[in-house]
Amino acid sequence: MKKRALAITMSAVMAASMFASVGVSAEEGSEFDWKAYEGTTLNVMFNEHTYADAVIAKLPEFEELTGIKVEYSTTPEANYFDKLNTALSSRSGQPDIFMTGAYQTWEYAPAGYMEPLDAYIEDATKTSPDYNYDDFIPGIINALRWDLVPGHAVGEGELWALPMGWEINTLTYNKKIFEEKGITPPTTTQELYDAAVALKEFGGSGTYGLAVRGLRDWGTIHPAYMSLFATWGAKDFEVEDGKLVCKLDSPEAIEMTDYWVKLIKDGGAPQWSTYGWELCGADLGAGKAAMMWDADRGGYTQNVEGASAEAGNLAFAGIPLPEGKTEQLSNLWTWAMGMNADSKNKDAAWYFLQYFTSPDFMLYSGTEGACTDTPRTSVMESEEYKAIVGQAEGYLESFETVSANASIFFTPQPYFFECTTMWAETLQDLVISDTYESTEEAMQTLAANLTELVSDLEVE
Amino acid sequence: MAKKNATDKVSCNMNALPLKTRMRPYLIVAPALIITIGIMIPFAMAIYFSLTNYSFRMPTYKFVWFENWIKILKSEDFWRALWVTLRYAFWSTLVEMVLGMGVAMLLNKLNNAFSKILRVVLIFPLMIAPITATIVWQLMLNSSVGIVEKFLNVFGVYNFPWAASPDTAMLTVVMIDVWVNTAFVMLLVLAGLQSLPKSPFESAKIDGGSAWFNFKNLTLPMLKPSLYIALLFRLMAALQEYAIIFGLTKGGPGDTLMNLSLTAHLTGFKFQKFGYALPYILVLWVIVNITAKQIVKRQRAAQKQASGLES
Repeated sequence: MKKRALAITMSAVMAASMFASVGVSAEEGSEFDWKAYEGTTLNVMFNEHTYADAVIAKLPEFEELTGIKVEYSTTPEANYFDKLNTALSSRSGQPDIFMTGAYQTWEYAPAGYMEPLDAYIEDATKTSPDYNYDDFIPGIINALRWDLVPGHAVGEGELWALPMGWEINTLTYNKKIFEEKGITPPTTTQELYDAAVALKEFGGSGTYGLAVRGLRDWGTIHPAYMSLFATWGAKDFEVEDGKLVCKLDSPEAIEMTDYWVKLIKDGGAPQWSTYGWELCGADLGAGKAAMMWDADRGGYTQNVEGASAEAGNLAFAGIPLPEGKTEQLSNLWTWAMGMNADSKNKDAAWYFLQYFTSPDFMLYSGTEGACTDTPRTSVMESEEYKAIVGQAEGYLESFETVSANASIFFTPQPYFFECTTMWAETLQDLVISDTYESTEEAMQTLAANLTELVSDLEVE
Repeated sequence: MAKKNATDKVSCNMNALPLKTRMRPYLIVAPALIITIGIMIPFAMAIYFSLTNYSFRMPTYKFVWFENWIKILKSEDFWRALWVTLRYAFWSTLVEMVLGMGVAMLLNKLNNAFSKILRVVLIFPLMIAPITATIVWQLMLNSSVGIVEKFLNVFGVYNFPWAASPDTAMLTVVMIDVWVNTAFVMLLVLAGLQSLPKSPFESAKIDGGSAWFNFKNLTLPMLKPSLYIALLFRLMAALQEYAIIFGLTKGGPGDTLMNLSLTAHLTGFKFQKFGYALPYILVLWVIVNITAKQIVKRQRAAQKQASGLES
């Protein structure tokens, strides 16, 4: 009897202790703990950029808070994605975290290199209650969502990366030169053309009206050209009978490209085809170009006191509108951070991601960290941010106007870089050679080539 | 029967040797064999993957056999890239050889304090990475801030297009290559000139030989081995050129400067079609290999001739 009583008592104690332990672990599990992955080492790959600089500056604080050690490398943009491609395809799990753009996710995510992030965000045990996902500007966060179906627009499906910052493409002009020449900031494409032509050699040989990119790569297409292309009402691809069909031979695409070619020929840089964003910004800052149509922050950084010869003279306008159009559509670019699907430290990597996209960090990067285009609404509305960014004439106004409709206007598909390189090559041919007799002929040839290129994609 | 006995005797003797001694020939050859295999593995892998549709974009790959090769050999891009590669290699090597030789002969003749300073200064470009030199030249040629533009303005030339025009892009990249690499040819030729024996020149001087006679019949034949070495290194590097063209125009304007190396890089890394990019590299390897073998053959013949083994 005694034995039986002892057995019952023991069982009760064990059961109680078991339930208690379950209760404790459930309680522990439900609490978010920054120290949960203490002792883990993460490997991060950065592209050389002010966004990366802001993260690197705060790494000691992250390491102290979490006990996670971070090893990182930074690579110049010209070689960054080559290095990243090789690292991801090796399937070694290194790096755990990497910087990426939205267009790159169209290649990396279908290949299985990227970890989807929604499950982490929704898990209260893994995400700090202060994270406030809904604070991200919808247009920016949606640029990093895609359902992996070529031809389907961004905004649906899994979230593949979190934004560090973003860029819209607007016109920056030198107000001193405009005042001297009696020219007003252009609001229409005709005014832009007239201003660019009028400003040709405004300060002697080598000076010119408008700086835009011209290199033989995707970077030439995605900023100003694609923004005006979308504003003009043109599209790159459409789905027809279950296939992607290139629409670069549409009347809108031909008309817009014809305008663009004329604009560069008559008012662009003499060596336009060698211009990337660096040279565009340098010419604007040096007072060699009177206008630049590129990423807004490119003009902003030239305008910071001491950054260039023309600092303080630069002002910002929106997107010049073609006749009959009322909506300024800027193609957007976002630098983001993604997680390697083969990472061996996914939970610790998520801690890194959430820390460096948190509201607190974004406030720091948007104000002190020189990352002016913040992806968080709370930062954009903060007084600190407005006080710093609002110093540049017209910046906040044009940013607010253009960002309302900013989006990615390319059709997501994995051949993005090949298509845009061929597109840039055709633009170069039109501007500096006599390869084609007309813009129409060039765009028809290009459209046929691109339709052929993407013909093996399964759209549905 | 006698032969069989002799063979048995030899094998018997071999077996009698200690294992260490018997293994010695294999051990001597082993490092060379391992290095050879190590060198050949990437080539074997490249040939293997050129027969597949391997891509970073796809988790798996399959054999497509000669599909990539047929597609490339039929494409205009390949033949254009080959033509650009050959033109670039020809012009840059030719100018560097002529200039390098000329400067070396001048320095050899001067042989004073000034020439010693020049020797140091002239090799500065060699110490700079080609991509760095390209960035510096890009700024120098810029129509807005470039010093070359300012210089040309003095002669009434404005906005010279340099790398921005298909007509002048090749000239521009060859010019940068010449600036970087002429010193290499100069160094080799100068070393060759300084190692020439003095007696033939002294005899020619006594016989009243002209400068041209001396150059044609003495200097050039004896200098040929050094010239072939310079030619070998420069031509191989020029055929494989990547950094200068990529740094300046990324192969543009249009496809004016898309050589085999750039096309392979763009196709492999940017467009992520590795299987399709590899035939470009393999063709380039075959060209470099054949060219190098021909030059080495001639260099050996010239060496023998210069040392008086052959007339």
